[in-house]
Amino acid sequence: MKVNGVEHPAPHDARRLLSDHLRHDLGLTGTHVGCEHGVCGCCTVLLDGAPVRSCLMLAVQAEGHDVTTIEGLARDGEPLHRVQQAFHENHALQCGFCTPGFVMSVTGLLARNPHPNALEIEEGISGNLCRCTGYASIRRAVEQLAR
Amino acid sequence: MGPATLLRRVKPAPFEYHSPESVEEACELLSSLDDAKVLAGGQSLIPLLNFRLARPAHLIDINRVGALDRIYERDGGVAIQALARQAAVEDSDLVARVCPLLSDAVRLVAHRVIRNRGTVCGSIAHADPASEIPAVLLALGGSVVARSARGVRTIAADDLFSGVFETSLAPDELLVEAWFPAIRGKHAIVEESRRHGDFALAGAVRADDRLVLFGVASTPVLADPADPVKGLDPSGDLEATPAFRLHLVRVLTDKAFAA
Amino acid sequence: MEDDRLLRGHGRYTDDIGEGALECVFVRSPYAHARITSIDVTAARDLPGVVAVYTAADLPFGDRDLPLLIPHPNLTHGRTQRCLASEVVRYAGEAVAFVVAESRYVAEDAAELAQVDYEPMPVVITPEAALRAEHLVHDDVPGNVAAEMLQEAGDVDGAMAQAPHRLKLRLRYERGAANPMEARAVWARWSEAEHKLTIYDSTQSPTSIRGGLAVLFGLPESNVEVIAPDVGGGFGPKIMLFYPDELLVPFAAMQLGRPVKWTEDRQEHFTAVNQERGQVHEVEVGFDDDGRLLALSDDFIHDGGAYTPYGIILPIISAAQLPGPYRIPNYRVRFRDLYTNAQATSPYRGAGRPHACFVMERTLDAIASELKLERVEVRRRNLIQPDAFPYEVGVLWQDGNMTVYDSGNYPELLDRAVKLLGPKPEGENVGMGIAAYVEGTGVGPYEGAHVQVLVSGKVMAATGNPNQGQAHATVWAQVVADELGVDVKDVEITSGDTRRMPWGIGTFASRSAVLVGNAMHAGARMVAEKAKKIAADHLEADPADIELAGGRAFVKGSPDKGMPLGAVAVLSNPVRYAFGGGTEAATQFAGRSRPGPPLPDGEQPGLEATGYYSPPGSTWASGCHAAYVRVDPRTFRLEILKYVVVHDCGRVINPLVLQGQIEGGVAQGIGGAFYERLAYDDDGQLRNASFMEFLMPYATEVPPIEIDHIETPSPLNPLGVKGAGEAGVIPVGAVLASAIEDALGVPITEMPLSPLKLFELSQAGC
Repeated sequence: MKVNGVEHPAPHDARRLLSDHLRHDLGLTGTHVGCEHGVCGCCTVLLDGAPVRSCLMLAVQAEGHDVTTIEGLARDGEPLHRVQQAFHENHALQCGFCTPGFVMSVTGLLARNPHPNALEIEEGISGNLCRCTGYASIRRAVEQLAR
Repeated sequence: MGPATLLRRVKPAPFEYHSPESVEEACELLSSLDDAKVLAGGQSLIPLLNFRLARPAHLIDINRVGALDRIYERDGGVAIQALARQAAVEDSDLVARVCPLLSDAVRLVAHRVIRNRGTVCGSIAHADPASEIPAVLLALGGSVVARSARGVRTIAADDLFSGVFETSLAPDELLVEAWFPAIRGKHAIVEESRRHGDFALAGAVRADDRLVLFGVASTPVLADPADPVKGLDPSGDLEATPAFRLHLVRVLTDKAFAA
Repeated sequence: MEDDRLLRGHGRYTDDIGEGALECVFVRSPYAHARITSIDVTAARDLPGVVAVYTAADLPFGDRDLPLLIPHPNLTHGRTQRCLASEVVRYAGEAVAFVVAESRYVAEDAAELAQVDYEPMPVVITPEAALRAEHLVHDDVPGNVAAEMLQEAGDVDGAMAQAPHRLKLRLRYERGAANPMEARAVWARWSEAEHKLTIYDSTQSPTSIRGGLAVLFGLPESNVEVIAPDVGGGFGPKIMLFYPDELLVPFAAMQLGRPVKWTEDRQEHFTAVNQERGQVHEVEVGFDDDGRLLALSDDFIHDGGAYTPYGIILPIISAAQLPGPYRIPNYRVRFRDLYTNAQATSPYRGAGRPHACFVMERTLDAIASELKLERVEVRRRNLIQPDAFPYEVGVLWQDGNMTVYDSGNYPELLDRAVKLLGPKPEGENVGMGIAAYVEGTGVGPYEGAHVQVLVSGKVMAATGNPNQGQAHATVWAQVVADELGVDVKDVEITSGDTRRMPWGIGTFASRSAVLVGNAMHAGARMVAEKAKKIAADHLEADPADIELAGGRAFVKGSPDKGMPLGAVAVLSNPVRYAFGGGTEAATQFAGRSRPGPPLPDGEQPGLEATGYYSPPGSTWASGCHAAYVRVDPRTFRLEILKYVVVHDCGRVINPLVLQGQIEGGVAQGIGGAFYERLAYDDDGQLRNASFMEFLMPYATEVPPIEIDHIETPSPLNPLGVKGAGEAGVIPVGAVLASAIEDALGVPITEMPLSPLKLFELSQAGC
C-alpha cells in the first residue's frame, strides 16, 4: 500500500487494524485512536482521497490503495496545509487529540465540495467527536475555508 | 444484559482471511468453509470483530471482487451491486432520478465518513431492525439477488427480513445486488434519533400509500397508515420505552403522510 | 504555540511512545459485587507471545490498600481498592489480573484464557439504595456511610419558622463521565545500569505520581522521572493516583527489563476510570413576599462509588458552592457520602458545582413560580452586591479554609446576560432559562516554575503542571515574555516533566492560570531582577535604571547603552573556559567593572530562577448563562435557539484561549444535561459503555454560543486572574432545566434529561 506517497509492504497479520498498522508498524502516530468502534473519528485517514475510519479497516484491505494520513498533508519544513492553517488561526484545537481526524475529514469534505454552506459544514464535521472545543472554533475554521 | 458486556475488547480475535477476486470464488469459499462471514464495507462488522462479539473462523473479504460496484438501471428500477458504497449511491444522479427515496434514506445513514466505506447491500444483509435501507427496500417492494455455488435466486424484500440481524439468505449465499423499484408518487423517510447520524429510535418510510416502520420491531414492518401501531409490540431500551416508540410511530406516520 | 506540532500529527501522546514496549491488558471483574473464589491464569501464561501474567499474589504490594489521597476528619470510613483484587470485587471493571505480552492482540487473546470464578453478592447501585442499606458494599462500613458532614451558618430553624413562605424540593443529579478523547495510558522503562525509572503517563499530576512511585519502589525521587507528554484531554479523572496500571506498568518494566506500555481502551475508560455526580438533594427554603431568601436547608446524599480514594472533595465543593452568587442569611447543609457498587467518583470538570448550581437555581425558579414573579427579578433581589466583598459564605471550602469570595460584580453579570439574550423568539413551545454561578478556582497548595534565559537569548520556562489542552504554553509564555521584555516566540514552555521541574501539584480545579501563571510571573520577575543587576554592573549603572525590552537590557532613555539579554546570561555565569556562544565575555581576562569575587556573595550562577506561588485562598470566578430553547411537544427534540454566557474570571490573559475554554465547557454541559447518561442496570452493569450508546454531542448538537466578559480583578494575586476552566460547564444543566420547564410546562427536578424523560413527564402531567 502507498502511504503518503511511499510504498510499504503489506502487514503479515490479517487481523491487524489499519489504525494500528499506521501507528505502530509505520510509526505514523498522528493518526489517533479514541474508541476503536468507529464513532469518534480520531483515526480518520484518506483512502484514495476519501475520508474513512482506519479503525474500521483491516490493514490488509488497504493493499493496493493510497492512504493519506495527517503527516502526509504538509511535509516537514513546508508550511501548514490550508486546513491546518485555518485550524491554527481559529484556535480550533485544544488538546489536539481529535485534531488530525477533523483535519482529514474537513480535507475530504472540501475536496468534494469546495464551498460548503453552513448546513453542509455542520454535516461535514458531524462524524467526529471533540471534547474540548465545543466545535465552535472548528466551525469557524471551516467557514473560513469555505469562503 | 449480563456480565458479558465486559468481555468486549478492541482487537479482533484471530480469523483466517480470504480475499476472493471473483463472485464464483467467493461463493466457492462460502460453500466450503464453516463459520465464515462476508466482509464488505465493514462499518457494522468490524466494530463487532473489534469487540470480539463476532468471532468468525473465516472472514471472506469481497472488496477485491472485480466489477461488483455498479449502480445501474434495470426493470424499471435501480440496481445497486454489493460493493457500491453508500456515498456513491448518495451522489448518484441515477438514484436521485429513479429512486429519490433511496437517496434520502442513505443520507440518514450514520455520517459521510462511514458512508464512504459502508455499502447498501451490507446494510441489507446486516438487517439491523433500526436501519433505514432495509425499510426502504421493503416499502418499495424491492428485492435482492443472492448467489451461491448452487445458483442464483431472487428474494423479494417481503421474504428477506426474518429477525433481528437475520435474513433468509442461506449461509452459503452472497448478496450480490439489491434492486429498488422506481418511485414516482409521494414518498418520504422520517425518523427520530438522539443525535444526528444515530440509529433511529423509530422511523417511518412512505412510498405512495405504503407505510413501513423501522426501529420498532425485530424487522422493518409494513403498517396501516390509518392505524400504524396496530399489532406493534416494540421493545424498550435506554432511549425509548415501548410506549414512547408507539407514540413516535404515530407522530412519524403523520409527518410522513403530511407531505 | 502548541498548534503547529499538533496540527502536523507530531504531537506525542503516551501511546505514541513505542520503543519496543510490551503491551498489556487487564482481566477485569464482570460482576459489580462478588467474592473471588479462584483465579487460574495458567492457560493465559502458556499462550505463545505472553511474557507475564500478574495477580495480587504475584505483587509485593498486592496486599496493600492504595492511597487515600485527601483524608478528612469526617471521612470516618474511608476505603480504597487494592491494585489487583483477590478477595472481593466491588464494581464491574475492577482489575483482577494483568497480562503482559508481545502485542495487544496477543494480550487480549490471553486475557480470555484467564479463569476467574466469582460468587456474586447483592449489588447496591443507586445512592437511594445505599442509604436504605439493605446490603453493604463494605461489610465493615455500617449503613454504607463513608462520611457525614453538617454545617450551619446562622439560625436556619429560627428563620425558617418565621418565614412567610416555605417550599420543599427534591432534586436529583445522576452520574456523569468525562470521556476525554484520549483515554488513559502509561509507558515505563527501567534502566538497571542507571537505576532509573522513566514513566510517561497521561496524567494531570506527574509530580505526585513521581512521589508515590519513589515511595512504593524505595527509590530516591531523583531516580524516578515522570513525564506527562501531550495529554489528550483530562477534565478531572486523570488526576487520580494510583490507578492500578500506574503501579503495574512500572513494576512489570522493572521485573521484565523491557519497556512496558498499557493503553486503556474506551470500554475500560467507561468501566474502570473514576466517574462523577450522583447526588440527591432535599431542600427546604424560606423566603419573604418579595422572593428574598431567608433560610435554606439542604440535606443531600452523594454517590461516592465503591471506594473513596479522592476523599470527600466533591460533596464538600457542592455544599460550599450551593449558595452561589446569592445571599442566604441562614444556611444549613448536611451531606452523607455513600458507598455503591460502581466506580469511585472524583472530580470531573465542574466537580460538584453543576449539582449545586442546579439545586440553587431550581429553588429560585420554584420561588418565582410560587410568588408569580419574574425569574430574573427573583435572582436580582437575592444577588450579593458588589460592595460586599470579601464575602463570607459561612461554610468550609475544599482547601480547609472558610469559603470567602474575593471579588465580583454579580448584578452586572445578570444585567448583561439578559441584554445579550435579547427578546424571546416567536413561536410555540419556546422557553427561557437563566442561571448564575460562582466558581472557586485556583485552589492551593502551590505551583512552581523554573525560568532560565539561555546565552542565545531564548527563554526556557518549565513547570511540573501538565497541559491537557488548555493552551498553557501560550498563556504562560505570554506572562514570562511580558516580564522579561522578550518576544513571546522566544519563550519555550515545558510542562508536566519532572526532569525539568520536580515540584508542583497538578492541573485541576481551574487552577493552572492562577497558580502556574503567578509562579511563572514570580520566576520571571526574579530573573528580570537578576538580569538588571548584572547588566547594571556591566554598564556601570543603577539596577533601578535598567529596562528590559525588545530582548535587550539597557539604560532607561539610552537604548544604545545596553546589551542583548543573551549577553546578560553569559555574564551571569563567570567561566574559565570560553566554550562558544559568546562566553568569552565572561572569562577571567575579559575585564570586569566590579571588584570582589567573580560570583558575588550570595549570588548563584546562571540567569535563572524558580518562582513559586501559593495562594492565600481561592479566587472566585463568576458568571451568568441564559438560553432560549424550543422543545418539540410531540417528539421532545430539543433545539437550543440561543445560548449566551457572561463571564468574569478577573484579568483576561488570552481572550481566544478563554473563549475556547467556555465554548468547550458549555458543550460538555449540554452533553451532560441532555445526551449523556451512565445507565446502570440493577446488577451494576453499565449498559451503555461505548460511544455508540453514550451519546456525546457532535457538532450538530451544539449551538453557537455568544460570550461577553466583565473583569473584576482578583485582589489575591499579582496578575489579578481567576480560573476559567470549568466556567462553561457549571450552569448549563440549570439553564436548560429552567428553559425546558418554561417551554413544556412540566416540572423539571432531575438531570440529565432526554426526549424519553420529557415524554414521560408530559404523560404524567396529562
